[in-house]
Amino acid sequence: MTKPRIYLDYQATTPVDPRVLEAMLPYFGDLFGNAASRNHAFGWEAEKGVTQARQILGEAVGASQREIIFTSGATESNNIAIQGVAKMYAPKGKHIITASTEHKAVLDPFLALQNQGWSITILDVDGDGALSLSDLKAAIRPDTVLVSLMHGNNEVGTLHPIAEIGAICRDAGVLFHTDATQTFGKESIDVDAMKIDLLSASAHKLYGPKGVGMLYVRRRSPRVRLEPIFFGGGHERGFRSGTLNVPGIVGFGKAIEICLAEREKDHAHITGLRDHLQNRLNTELDFVHHNGHASERLACNLNLSFAYVEGESMLLGLDNIAVSSGSACTSASLEPSYVLRAMGVGDDLAHSSLRFSLGRFSTLQEIDLAADATVATVKRLRDMSPLYEMAMEGIDINSIEWSGH
Amino acid sequence: MAYSEKVIDHYQNPRNVGSMDKDSEEVGTGVVGAPECGDVMKLQIQVQDGVITDAKFKTFGCGSAIASSSLATEWLKGRTLEEATEIKNVDIANELALPPVKIHCSVLAEDAIRQAIDDYQKKVGYSPEADSSATAEESA
Repeated sequence: MTKPRIYLDYQATTPVDPRVLEAMLPYFGDLFGNAASRNHAFGWEAEKGVTQARQILGEAVGASQREIIFTSGATESNNIAIQGVAKMYAPKGKHIITASTEHKAVLDPFLALQNQGWSITILDVDGDGALSLSDLKAAIRPDTVLVSLMHGNNEVGTLHPIAEIGAICRDAGVLFHTDATQTFGKESIDVDAMKIDLLSASAHKLYGPKGVGMLYVRRRSPRVRLEPIFFGGGHERGFRSGTLNVPGIVGFGKAIEICLAEREKDHAHITGLRDHLQNRLNTELDFVHHNGHASERLACNLNLSFAYVEGESMLLGLDNIAVSSGSACTSASLEPSYVLRAMGVGDDLAHSSLRFSLGRFSTLQEIDLAADATVATVKRLRDMSPLYEMAMEGIDINSIEWSGH
Repeated sequence: MAYSEKVIDHYQNPRNVGSMDKDSEEVGTGVVGAPECGDVMKLQIQVQDGVITDAKFKTFGCGSAIASSSLATEWLKGRTLEEATEIKNVDIANELALPPVKIHCSVLAEDAIRQAIDDYQKKVGYSPEADSSATAEESA
């Protein structure tokens, strides 16, 4: 008997909503034109689809459609925002600020800029993954030009208070970029109320297609200027040259339209299932640690460490269930999750972590099957874990001098 | 992770999981690795008249760490102590077709075997100089 496959990795990517696919299909057929072709109907039709999507995506963050730049995804959006601001504002100052739990698509551009002579500050977070706003204030210097802090964390789901961060940055005259990849369409965002100057998002995290993202770039008070990172036909106000991915953009627009219309329903559904999963695992297993913030968190995320069992061996036991782990053994680098490390989670617990992420199409039956399988796998592995045996005998694992390797 | 069928088999049906009385005169115990590295293996042997009559393991680690220690216990049973030292990490890695990044799991299993044998030999007051047969062991 084959076990049903269960997808609980919605923070990695989501399936395309059938309604999104339907909206995209005509643009692979008769409506194939290049949106930049201004002199014939094929181009006009394509441009119409793009403009509609731009309008909806702008409204989704309380912005004008003219402030939306289409990209290939949030990685590109983050790069354009960070490198673009840093290079454009270099005469004003060469100091930029981010935090240790950001996605690599933010941290790596920061490190690249550091190598090119910029000064960077990487803020620490606390054990819940939360930032200290007084640390942020203290880090801002006269030569600071940009603060880049994510809205919701991809590994542990902790939400940063972006409205408060936005206010601090605006008061200091520093531009504020937020990577909203995990929250766009899920949490309420208003770029004016939250004083956001740049915002990155991606379609495939919200039931849209892969390969399309956007960057919101504020046009007034203040007007944000960017040095492009690549050059060509001058598309997207010159910020991002390259022929637009018309079907992808149309799908992105449809996807956010559905997210906004169904946000409360999705949120209630996902939170209910997430809490059910967390309650079951906490009740049926001992030594379970929650990684992340108890209340300021994404609805879809549940990151837990199951002490005394190793993450990859859990994944092997959960072979029909798609989840991810912060264990080193699941990564090419053999290093455990840098996000958990930054939060001060010990390497032993980082090795024992699993991230469940739920979505619109998750069902109670799937969650119960996943909980059953997780409980059974953790118990089975603990029965063969020397560390669990020691814990049961009352031996403090940290008191032992391990050999390491 | 593209694991071999043998690794999956040992992971799903681990041989000789368990613990022995570490204070017994007949039992040698090896514990290697560290929790923060993501691997800890405990391997125990029971020795009677110089022959390993039983072997048990408990492992915290990935699938290949579990498989390496499970296989080691299988191979240890029925061997003399001298024969047991002939088990090399490459044999374990080859038998399980471990991917290159998992070779350290087989190294850990070999270390655990050594430690268990050393522990037993210390208990019975064995010293290598007193036993000429041990010097024949190759150092490759």
